[in-house]
Amino acid sequence: MSEVVKSGHRHGVMRLTDALGYRLPLAGLVSILHRISGLLMFVLLPFILYLLDKSLTSEMTFAALQGFVSGWFVKLVILALVWAYLHHFCAGVRHLFMDLHYGLDKHAARKSAVTVLVISLSLAALTGLKLFGVF
Amino acid sequence: MANNNIGPKRLVVGAHYGLRDWLAQRVTAIVMALYTVLLLVLFLTGNNFSYEGWAGLFAHQWFRLATFAVIVCLLYHAWVGVRDVWMDYVTHSVVLRLVFQVATILWLVASAGYAAQILWRV
Repeated sequence: MSEVVKSGHRHGVMRLTDALGYRLPLAGLVSILHRISGLLMFVLLPFILYLLDKSLTSEMTFAALQGFVSGWFVKLVILALVWAYLHHFCAGVRHLFMDLHYGLDKHAARKSAVTVLVISLSLAALTGLKLFGVF
Repeated sequence: MANNNIGPKRLVVGAHYGLRDWLAQRVTAIVMALYTVLLLVLFLTGNNFSYEGWAGLFAHQWFRLATFAVIVCLLYHAWVGVRDVWMDYVTHSVVLRLVFQVATILWLVASAGYAAQILWRV
């Protein structure tokens, strides 16, 4: 029995804290990460546009931007955005196939969820290594 | 009555707002995915990674328009997605949810305005 059911007798609308008590299957993890990555990109949209702005305004702002993105914290934020984009993209393609009724059974859904995680995480790791100058 | 009201025979009622947003989210997703592929091709075939090369790409009117079309797709796509998040989690107060939804629209429209300014100022 899950923690949520054991701990309380509250009825009615499920709250966000209730959802945190569930152990998610891999497909559920991909689903919630899809949501989190989307929300992250939504919140940081002006920051992404700011980077585009500085990269295009002039040669001088372009050079200044190169200095700005060499800080470790900015690199970390960019890496988070890269992961968010990769995950949202891969999980989104999985969604589109499921909308066309492909891979809806439990086994196939789990397999595609693993595929999404493997592709997005390894590409994000590769970007991270490149970003922090490992190669 | 219940038995002949399922599957293709289901009686569809309402104004189809839900279907429209659901479909729009998928169509805009495909447009953004195609733009991603375009960017990837330009990146992999490119050889001028200086400011001139980057700004030169955005000097083409077709590329500016394509980019702006993608931004508008993003606006609609993110609106549907973020609205769904508020609908799922902000359930105790209709007023609070309305505030979040209005803030979401303002955030996205302002971002699209910023994008337009960036694209056509260069």
